[in-house]
Amino acid sequence: MRITQGTFSYLPDLSDAEITLQIAYALENDWPCSIEYTDDPHPRNDYWEMWGLPMFDLKDPAGVLLELNECRKTFPSHYIRLTAYDARYGRQTTALSFIVQRPAKEPGFRLTREESADRQVRYTLHAYAADRPEGERY
Amino acid sequence: MGRWSAGVIPYAEMGYWRPDYVPKDSDVLAAFRITPQPGVPPEEAGAAVAGESSTATWTVVWTDRLTSYENYQAKCYKVEPVPGTEDQFIAYIAYDLDLFEEGSIANLTSSIIGNVFGFKALRALRLEDMRIPTHYVKTFQGPAHGIIMEREYLAKFGRPLLGATVKPKLGLSARNYGRVVYEALRGGLDFTKDDENINSQPFMRWRDRFLYCMEGVTKAQAVSGEIKGHYLNVTAATMEDMYERAEFAKQLGSVVVMIDLTIGYTAIQSMAKWARANGVLLHLHRAGHSTYTRQKNHGVSFRVISKWMRLAGVDHIHAGTVVGKLEGDPFSVAGFYDTLRKDKIEADPRKGLYFDQEWASMPGVMPVASGGIHAGQMHQLLHYLDEDVILQFGGGTIGHPMGIAAGASANRVALEAMIKARNEGRDFLKEGPEILRAAAKHSRELDVALSTWGDITFTYESTDTPDVLVTPS
Repeated sequence: MRITQGTFSYLPDLSDAEITLQIAYALENDWPCSIEYTDDPHPRNDYWEMWGLPMFDLKDPAGVLLELNECRKTFPSHYIRLTAYDARYGRQTTALSFIVQRPAKEPGFRLTREESADRQVRYTLHAYAADRPEGERY
Repeated sequence: MGRWSAGVIPYAEMGYWRPDYVPKDSDVLAAFRITPQPGVPPEEAGAAVAGESSTATWTVVWTDRLTSYENYQAKCYKVEPVPGTEDQFIAYIAYDLDLFEEGSIANLTSSIIGNVFGFKALRALRLEDMRIPTHYVKTFQGPAHGIIMEREYLAKFGRPLLGATVKPKLGLSARNYGRVVYEALRGGLDFTKDDENINSQPFMRWRDRFLYCMEGVTKAQAVSGEIKGHYLNVTAATMEDMYERAEFAKQLGSVVVMIDLTIGYTAIQSMAKWARANGVLLHLHRAGHSTYTRQKNHGVSFRVISKWMRLAGVDHIHAGTVVGKLEGDPFSVAGFYDTLRKDKIEADPRKGLYFDQEWASMPGVMPVASGGIHAGQMHQLLHYLDEDVILQFGGGTIGHPMGIAAGASANRVALEAMIKARNEGRDFLKEGPEILRAAAKHSRELDVALSTWGDITFTYESTDTPDVLVTPS
């Protein structure tokens, strides 16, 4: 399966040149970029690990890409996302967030159904990869 | 009395026509389009509207003198002819804040549109816009979650959300209905939707529908790794029934429930309170609104309904597509979207916005564009409606020749390709068709969608357009 979180998951994976154009768009809007990685892609896992702090003062798209490539080197088979943040009054939230690296093989999620009374079912989503300890999942 | 037609009382002389009045910051302001009966001067007609929507009755009553009546009288302070018409005028009326109960749309509307719309001295009357002072805004709950919280809750950023209404809207069994939900969501939509008239009919009872829909929603989450939702319509005959259905939806883990405008303002406010307390998004379908919003000379403009619904506290509201099959002049629709999404809005007659409006940080409502739209229009939709919007492709998903999931994927690919192109700085409105064709090279689903609906358009003249004189620039 292919996890389709993020803004561009239905397109072919973006090349570095294409990623740079998206970074440039974010920086033109004064949205600082940040890089986050994880090996737990559960849709309710909001807090991916931060690759350093948001790059508030970095205005050069090439610099952001450099950081991204450092993160890729360190975590070659993790999910990595690039996030642009809009701190303007009235927004103060993420403006753009897309996956820039994913594991070669994505085993996906097990859907556990716990049957209860009155035909109700309690559902739980579990990433197959999360059965192994952190860092050994992909 | 002499210079007016029989039966018309000179409201202007009773203090309702006050051309010298300067509205206070705390006044509720209204702009009415009035069409007076022949022979009734516009100032008198405006004064009559002010009178009938505040303290007046048809004759002088001595008991007025027991009150500080100047305070309670609405004041018509300006009347302007409507450009391009001979018999229509905009009457501006100010109401003191004391006239209204805190946080009650029912009370606000009972005053402003209560008796006055049937008034004989007018041939027609339309409430075009209102300015709600921040003093009054702050007495309302506002959206249960709002745009920002919804995006964070769903973890979806940087693009419009996608939805589809399950079709056919009547007759599917609960099990078949859930199949449509599953296919559309696994294909790439964020939301599916009950239609307004899907409540609990003999062919499909609500509880059965809720169970099958949630099976579809959860299964789609498992195959995509994304949060998904189905607007479970809890509209019912009584509040007790609606609470029962909403509680069940919550218990099943639904992120969203839905209501129809037909349930009434008070029920909407109750459901908004429930939605805030229970962490469930609240979708509003504007069923029935065209009976009073569409005709330019009589009724209530949808801008006003938008304003009331933001105060009432819904998270989503259908607000037009511009390019789809339903009524929607581009400028008017822009006025509705501004009203729903922005915090500070400046008066802009081109968009039908008569007043500045400050929302004092009240969260925005996510507008929903639904009705006759398809993937081939993605560039136009993004141009007119921007990013904080839910694009709902019902027929444009379910009618795809390769199946529902394929239809959903086509829409998602088209959307992401257009966002990518926009962010890259391309002139996406002009190059839209080219961008879509390029994206279709790696998506057979989009390719088939474009060849099925690519050139379908609905170009009829709009009924509800702002009337303004264009200032030469």
